[in-house]
This record gives sequence, structure tokens and C-alpha cells, in this order.
Amino acid sequence: MRTLLELDSVQARYGPVQALHDVSLTVVEGEVVAVLGANGAGKTTTLRAISGTVSRSGVIELDGKPLKGGPETAARAGIAHVPEGRGTFVDLTVDENLRLGAYTRRDRSLKEDVKRIAGYFPWIAERGGQRAGTLSGGEQQMLALARALMSKPRLLLLDEPSLGLAPMVVREFFRTVRDLNEREGLTVLVVEQDARIALSISARAYVLEVGRVALTGTSAELRDDEAVRRSYLGY
Amino acid sequence: MQQVVTGLASGGVYALLALALVIIHRSTGVINFAQGEMATLSTYVAWTLIAHHGWRYWPAFVATLALSFVGGVATHRIVIRPVEGGSVLRIVIVTIGMLIAINGFVIWQWGGEPQALRSPFGTDTFDIGGVVVSSHDIGTIAVALGIVVLLWALFRFTKVGLAIRASAVNPVEARLVGVRVTWMLALGWGLAATLGAVAGILTAPTVGLDPQMMQAVLIYAFAAAVLGGIDSPAGAVVGGLLLGVLLNMLSYLTQYDLFDWFSEELRLPIALLVILVVLLVRPSGLFGRPEVKRV
Amino acid sequence: MTPRFTRLVGFAAFAVFVVFVAVLPSFISDFKAQQYAYVGIYLIALLGLNILTGYTGQISLGHGAFMAIGGYTSAILMAGNEQFGGPLSGGLKDVWTIPLAGLVAGLAGLAFGLPALRLSGLYLALATFAIAVSLPSAVKRFEEFTGGGSGINLFGTPELTGSLTPVEIFDRTLTYNDWLYYLSWSSALVAFAVAWLILRDRTGRAFRAVRDSETAAVSSGVSLARYKMLAFGISAAYAGVAGGLYAIANTFVNPDTFPIALSIFLLVGVVVGGLGGLSGLLFGAIFIYFLPLWSQGQDLGSLLPDSVVQGDTIGIPLLGDFVFKGTSAAGGPAIVYGIVLILLMFLIPNGVSGIFRRVGQLVSRRRYSRSS
Repeated sequence: MRTLLELDSVQARYGPVQALHDVSLTVVEGEVVAVLGANGAGKTTTLRAISGTVSRSGVIELDGKPLKGGPETAARAGIAHVPEGRGTFVDLTVDENLRLGAYTRRDRSLKEDVKRIAGYFPWIAERGGQRAGTLSGGEQQMLALARALMSKPRLLLLDEPSLGLAPMVVREFFRTVRDLNEREGLTVLVVEQDARIALSISARAYVLEVGRVALTGTSAELRDDEAVRRSYLGY
Repeated sequence: MQQVVTGLASGGVYALLALALVIIHRSTGVINFAQGEMATLSTYVAWTLIAHHGWRYWPAFVATLALSFVGGVATHRIVIRPVEGGSVLRIVIVTIGMLIAINGFVIWQWGGEPQALRSPFGTDTFDIGGVVVSSHDIGTIAVALGIVVLLWALFRFTKVGLAIRASAVNPVEARLVGVRVTWMLALGWGLAATLGAVAGILTAPTVGLDPQMMQAVLIYAFAAAVLGGIDSPAGAVVGGLLLGVLLNMLSYLTQYDLFDWFSEELRLPIALLVILVVLLVRPSGLFGRPEVKRV
Repeated sequence: MTPRFTRLVGFAAFAVFVVFVAVLPSFISDFKAQQYAYVGIYLIALLGLNILTGYTGQISLGHGAFMAIGGYTSAILMAGNEQFGGPLSGGLKDVWTIPLAGLVAGLAGLAFGLPALRLSGLYLALATFAIAVSLPSAVKRFEEFTGGGSGINLFGTPELTGSLTPVEIFDRTLTYNDWLYYLSWSSALVAFAVAWLILRDRTGRAFRAVRDSETAAVSSGVSLARYKMLAFGISAAYAGVAGGLYAIANTFVNPDTFPIALSIFLLVGVVVGGLGGLSGLLFGAIFIYFLPLWSQGQDLGSLLPDSVVQGDTIGIPLLGDFVFKGTSAAGGPAIVYGIVLILLMFLIPNGVSGIFRRVGQLVSRRRYSRSS
């Protein structure tokens, strides 16, 4: 089991404001890893640092190779980043959103992939021509996931997928993610405020606090430790 | 009826330039005040190829389009990119600087005397059911519509077109899926420059090729773009055609007392009026989506 | 540097400047006096436009139109017109037309300010651009008042001070150009004083609040509509005054006297001078008047490598020969002007005032750190 993603002493800033001071984490291939913490802890920034959306320093390596440059480079390297708020292209159709997901791919075998993905999201096949902005929040989240899958990513970054969604929808979403991980071996790094649901599908987790890693361990450990749950995870 | 056809022809030209303006505004949020001058420059290039180097018309046409495309891309990368994130005022001044410089360059290189650029469609006139139309008008309408259709197909069916559209509305998310947004925006400028070139080349035979040729057309194009919705390509086309027909109809109607206040000099102010009225009554234009201003 | 000290320095510098302006004509040629008269006229227009763009953040590419309104008002009043009847049919003395020009233009500005409320940023720029381009055509249309295409000629009319008899002030006889100079700069002084008074207290702060954040301004109780319209009216009035002076200086007006280029130059002047800062505007006025002349005079061909000589033909594949002319050839100065403009936007986006402010900040920062 090799390490797919490695972050070492990563710092990140938004202009003059430093959001990450020292973040180190690893993700092993085939794992689901959660990044938890309160608002402003730096969870979203960590994902942005990985995909190159924010200016960062420190070691960020994908499969042993350093990740440099902006989001386009990360996308080409096989990282699919589903941002906060889903990042749906609201003015474009569902089909077009999916086509964009496959943008970095040069091969022409898109149709099989769409079929395969439709297996997880059956409704997508029927709503291809619908404007993405008219989908419900949950559907848009699913669409974002489907779009990410179209690029055949090596690493999937999910930023607060539960935001603004009803609990039932959230559960369904995470179920799908777990399916994808178990059946296809998809490696996932998920940032979440809802620690409980994130821990239910992840093997390990990191808890961030003010731009640093405060705590790490297997999800089982974190779940079982009541003190940790109360002070860090909020339940 | 005849006025309608001529109106459609001039409207087609307005539509092309308006489309250029809309593409640029939609993708980079800039109103390119220099669009007319860029078109004039392209037309002079075409003229030079034909009149000075003996090129045949259509090869010169194509070559000019290609050169204009490159020029548009270069303009975005060199001149616009550095000020893209800045204040509106800064960008306005930059495009105005381009307007002044390009206009100056045209005068400097080719002089201010009008030149003749013949129409590739000849000067025949046809009589169709009592309506007399010139072959140039028909050709203009055909070319304008043809290009619009081509562009539509490009945006709708190709990967590049999709990427440009995505870059225009969601640049951040577009980068996340791997689109090189900056290049897509530059391509948008290239396309706009090409459209302008076509507009200029189609205009020159009727009004004569001189450095000020596109200035009035630019205003009409602004009016058309605003009328149709400054972010709507379909709107630009419809707006252009409507405006062309409207202005021509007014000329025709001056023979009736109700309209005899209209004279040739009022064409521009009427276009201005269109701009103002639309911006005041329905700023999003005919096809645009009303913007919700959150206070 | 205490605030009071800075203010004293400011006053002193201003006083020195006023004296400088007052005595300058004695030292320069007659022609130069005329040139500086125009600089003063531009300064007045810029002061007004600065209130609109620098303070309330509304972009106008059409202030040449307000100058035109002022200029034509002045000219029409001076020429007299039977349709007016009464004392006005004879023609008004030029000096008296200036405030009237400002008034008429100001009212037009207020009138436009109302619909302008619904436009912002680019759209406003577009709308005002369209106005400025269309105005000459509209002027030609209404010939009875405006003299149509040939305009109104004031040369040699008695209403124009100094045209028939030399001007005498304090028993000194002024040349015509000197008279223009003093007329325009004393108007500029008044304009500056008025602007300063308006801007330094509540109204100025309200204006700035509108520019910085409309949302915040509204929540603080600033009536957006009122102040934005007011800014339009005031800036238009200033432009009108400048336009009236312009008509007097030119001794004629016609549709081509106030082209779109003028509106563009005015905005350029405000941006280059720097928004908000009154001192930068002087630089702006000088810039827009002299840069075109300077570019014409320069032969920038000397900057090129020796291999390229004037009149040389450079072969470019496909396009053939490209003849290199000096930049003094027609169109050359415009190329220089446009490029300079673009470069300025790259390098000093905040204009000259921005540079002054940055220097001031650096100085005061040094002071603070030293004292600690």
C-alpha cells in the first residue's frame, strides 16, 4: 500500500493572512481520510493547497512527485477537487458539466464512463439536457461528484459536501462515496464539519486547529475517545 | 420591404461586431472600446494584401481572419491580462488607449484618404418580387449568418467551445477541471477580433475604407449588444438585425409626416437613445437574465 | 508630522502656487500664455469630473458633452438670437455667460444624474460614451440655435472682451492671450475654492462613502440618489464653465469643437492625475494638453537601433514592405499617446496623486518609526 499523497510542513496564505502554519498529513492509496475541525481551522485551505488554488509552500507530493503550479496542473496530475459549494457550472447542462469533468482526458471512451457513472447516479442519464442550475442542492452535489469521476482521478478531494444539504441526502452521498471507494478503490480526502458522518466512512482522520494538525488517528480511535469527541468533534 | 433587406445587411454587420463585444464582455468582463479600431486595422490589412500584393479576394479574406485572430489573442495576453483584476476605470482607460493607438497606427501607416475595397459579391442587383436588392447585401447577410452559425456550433459542440463558455462563467471551477482559463479567455479575444475583421471587410465596400470607418458602427454595435443583452450572444445577433432594420425603416418613413423629424444625422443619437432606454428600463436586454442586486 | 503642520505646509504651497500663476505671464511668451490658459480650462473640467469619478466613483466618458453644452450656451448668448427676445436678443458680454454656461450644463447634469442612478460602472461609461459621440450629430440637427455644421463664430464680436479694444485692468494693458490666461486661471481659482469647500466637510465624506461602498453608505443613512445626482450636477456645471471659457478662448464653436476625444481626454486627465487628489489634477490638466503636442514634436525614431532609419522599408513576410516613418508623421503622436496611456495604467494605476500619497505614507511611516 503506497502513499499517494504526502503533505509536509505545508503553509498557505491568502495575501497577507496566513491560513496554514504547518500541516503534515499522508493519504495511502485506496484510503478514505477525513480532515476535521472547526470553522476557520484551515480545512478548506488544505484542499486548496493541494490543488494549487491558493499560494502555498512546503512539500506536497503526489505519488512521490511534487505538485507545482495551479489547479490546471493538479487536474492533469489526476486530482479531482470538488470545491465548497459544489462548483457546478450552473449555466451549462448536466451533460456539459460531465464533459467538462473529462476535460483533461485525451481518450475518446467517454461513453462507457458515463454509463459506469450512471450506475451510481441513475438519474443522470435522463436529465442530461437540463440546466445544472435548476437541480436541487443534493443533485448538484451528486453531479459534482460524477463530474469529478469523469476525469478518472487518482485522488478525490471533497470540500464540505454536507454543506446546505438535508441529512438524508448527506447520508446517501457519503454512502455513494464509500461504495466508490470499496468497489473502485478510489482514494478520497474529505473535509467535513460533520465529523460523525465523515468518520463513518473514513479509515483515518486529522483534526485541524488554527492551521495546524492538532490530532490524528484512526477513525475508530477518534470515535471511541469521548474526550476527543467532545472537545474536537463537537458530539 | 427593400429597406428591410438593406437593414438586415447593415444589421448583420452590427450583429457581428456586437457579438464580438458580447464575447469579450462575457468572458473577461471588459467593454472593449477599441473593437471598432481593431476591425478597421484588419480591414486595412486585407486591403493591403489585395491592392498591394495582388492577392485574390478570398485567400486574403482568410489570411486576414487568421491574422486578426492571432492579434486578438496577443492583445489579451499582452495588454489586458495585466489589468484584468483591477478597477473598471483602469480597464476602460486601457481599451481607450488601444483605441487611440490603433487609430493612430492606421492613419500613420495608410494615411487618412479613403480607399476602395470592392465587394466580393459584385455590384449586381436582383429584382425579387418587386424588391430590388443588391448582391452585396445578400452576400453580407449570408456571410454574417454563416459565421454566426459556425460560431454557435463551435461553442455548442466542441471541447474548446465548452471550455471557453466554462471559463467565462466559472473561471475558478474551470481551472479545477483542468481548463487553462487564461488561454480560453485569450481565445475569446481572438474570436472577437476575427468577428470584427469580418464586420469591417463587409462594411468597407459600402462606406469606403478610411480610418474612421468603424466608429459609427461601433456605436450601433454597442446599441445592439445592449438591446439584446450584453451577455447574450443570441441577443447580440437579434439586436443587431433589429437595429439595422429599425434605422433603415426610419429613413424610409421620413416621407410620412409623422416621421419627418428624422434625418440622417439622427441615426447615431437614435442608437444612443436605444442604449439609454434599454439600460434604464431593462438593463439585461431582451435576452439577458435580470441581475439581482443584493444590498 | 502633525496634521496641523501638514495643513500649514499645504496652505503655504498653495499660496506660493497662486503667486506663481499670477506672475507667470510676465515671463513667458504670448503664445505660451494662451497654452496655459487652456490648461486652466482643462483644470476646471477636471476638478468637476474628479468629484464625479474620484469621489462618487461614477465613470463618465461624456463630459465633453457637458462642455459642449456650456460652450454652446455661452456662444449662443453672446451671439444673441432674435428668438430670445428682450435684452438677450442682442448678445451678452462673454464674462457673464460663463456662470450661465455652468448653470445650464449643471442642470443638464442633474437631469442626466437621475437616469444614471440605474447604471453603474461599465454601463454608465458606455451610456456617457454614446452621448458624447452622438452629440455633434444632434447639434447639427438643430440648426436654428446652434448654427448647424458651421457653428457660431464669435471672432470680432463686441461681446468678446478684448476682441475690439485692448483689455485694461488696473491701468495695465493686457494682451489678448494674457487676458485669456487670467480669465481662465481666476475662474480655476474660484472653481478650486468651491470644490475644496464642498469636499472638505459632510458632502465630501458622503461622496467618498458612496464610492467606497454603496451598501455601507446606504446603511449609514447617506441618500445615494441625492449625492450621486448632486455629483453629476456639480461636475457637469464645472464642465459647463470650462466649456464656456473654451468657447471664448476659441472664439468659435461648431460641432467639431467638442469631439469624443475631448471626453476621453478628460477622463484620462482625471485618472492620470489620480482620483480624489486635487493636486494631481493639475498634473492631469498639463498631461492632457501637452502630451499630444509633445508626441508630435518628438522624433522617437532616434530610439530605434541604427539599422532602422526613417524612410526605411522593413520587409515583413506576407504583408510586404512596411515603411517606417517618423513619429511626427500623421497618426504617429496618437500611437505614442495611446501606448503611454496603457503603460501608465500598468505602472501607476492610482495616478500621480497615488504617487504623492505613497510618498507621503512612506515619509510619515519613517517619522513614526524614528520617534519610537
